[in-house]
Amino acid sequence: MPAALATRRLGKRYGGIEALAEVDLTVDEGELVGLLGPNGAGKSTLVKIAVGLVRPTAGSAEVCGAPAGSREARASHGYLAELFRFPGWYSADEVLALHQRLARSTGGESERAELLDLVGLSEARGRRVDAMSKGMQQRLGIAQALVGRPPLLLLDEPTSALDPAGRRTVRALLEELRRRGTSVLLNSHLLSEVELVCDRVVILSRGRVVAAGSPAELARPRGVEVDVDGGTRRFPDAGRDDAPRLVADLVAQGEQIYGVRVLSTTLEEIYLSAVGEDSA
Amino acid sequence: MNAVPVIIGYALHESLRRRVFLIVLVLTAAFLALYALGSWYAFDSVEEFAEEAPPLAGVDEETLTGATLLGLAMFATLFLGSVLAVFLTLAVVRGDAERGLLQPLVVRPVGRAALLLSRFAAAAAVCTLYVLSVFAATAAITYWAGGWWPDRFVVPGVELAAGVVVIAAFSLLGSVFLSATANGIAIFMTFGAGLVAGLLGQIGEVLRSETLTDIARAASWALPFEALYQDGLNAISSESFGLTSEALELGPFGGAQAGGPWLGPWTLAYLAAVAVVALVAFNRRDL
Repeated sequence: MPAALATRRLGKRYGGIEALAEVDLTVDEGELVGLLGPNGAGKSTLVKIAVGLVRPTAGSAEVCGAPAGSREARASHGYLAELFRFPGWYSADEVLALHQRLARSTGGESERAELLDLVGLSEARGRRVDAMSKGMQQRLGIAQALVGRPPLLLLDEPTSALDPAGRRTVRALLEELRRRGTSVLLNSHLLSEVELVCDRVVILSRGRVVAAGSPAELARPRGVEVDVDGGTRRFPDAGRDDAPRLVADLVAQGEQIYGVRVLSTTLEEIYLSAVGEDSA
Repeated sequence: MNAVPVIIGYALHESLRRRVFLIVLVLTAAFLALYALGSWYAFDSVEEFAEEAPPLAGVDEETLTGATLLGLAMFATLFLGSVLAVFLTLAVVRGDAERGLLQPLVVRPVGRAALLLSRFAAAAAVCTLYVLSVFAATAAITYWAGGWWPDRFVVPGVELAAGVVVIAAFSLLGSVFLSATANGIAIFMTFGAGLVAGLLGQIGEVLRSETLTDIARAASWALPFEALYQDGLNAISSESFGLTSEALELGPFGGAQAGGPWLGPWTLAYLAAVAVVALVAFNRRDL
């Protein structure tokens, strides 16, 4: 079974500017991968190459085993662009109907109703796009990307225009997609969001992969904190495996234990450490 | 190619919702009304003039007036058709990409070639229908006002429509490279250059200057919408002779060059070349 998305030594130059260099990235079937990086790191370029909007200058990219940009590849993915617009005179239902015809989806009206329900737009089915808020348009964009149940979904900043309730809807949607076995590449600046939903994280900086792995793999231990009668005792060199022994020792010393925390670096700290001065 | 009718429908739907068709219909109705009024007065004045003064020996006033009026109408039809063609196509690639409208369509399993050809087919169909309708209406109005009918009717209409289709192809090609505003300016300047070349040829005819005529002919073939317009103009009074023909040549729409048997094949080859350049450029373009 080929990976949903696989890039090998992928590179892209815009004139003298190197946007991507030797990027190896894989999104396996049913995997949710977060793509992080500062502005200009090459995240959107990578996603655009995957969907065939941009041609690579080096390396290769494949979607479900087909070369990125080929008809077979385009039939296998759904895409939400960072900057997109639908014709203002279309209703939400008409937008989805148009994309159903283009994607040759046979889902019909029931698929449209299901998708609008999934993104919380059931009530706005007949509303024209130009009468929708930016957040509603973004949710409609996500629904459009899901037309035809593509095995791979590429979302470029899908929550940038959403309020906290909208972000929660998208998080729930991503979890639903994971349950369905859909692979997702999520390009986002919202680290907390990525940390909450993604199986793996890839961090780009200046067009290169500077860190990759699950949030747990990338995290570094920062000690153990134990809440006792007199306050909090810190053990900066201890790790998760040391916690039972530390608790046992404290109990043996007659301390009452109220809480134990194994500390590790947050995704934000990992990110800042990986991208260094680029994050400024 | 199953997506072709979907994209054509999308393009037509877009034009309908943007009220392009409504504006065009209103303006065309205004033009036809003014043309009918002008034609009626023109034929009436010529009739009065012929009654008051002896007619110029050998000149058929009816043909002179009818061909001049319909020549003017053909110029207006070419212009209005070109405006429609440009507004239907000027933003198809770069303009729509800059607004974010193109990307959701291109990433579908449609194919860039199918997308571009569908947009061209939609614009060409609309413009052809429009030009043929307006040309037929103006010919009918000319007949109603003065009883004059062009020597050839089908060929000039088809050539006018083909000229506008060439403009649509230019505009679509320009949209691959230029933003909507820059493309609109470029196409109208090209259109103007073609018309100036035609006028230069007419001046050359009157002055019997071979150099001017050759320059105009070369420019007309380089911009075949002008050669098609000239050939159509020539065809409406192709059976005129003697002093009537001479008098027509001195008029603002006289002296039109016949295109010859190679104009049709040349136009088709030209459109094919424009299509190939547009498709190659669009396929290579990062969006």
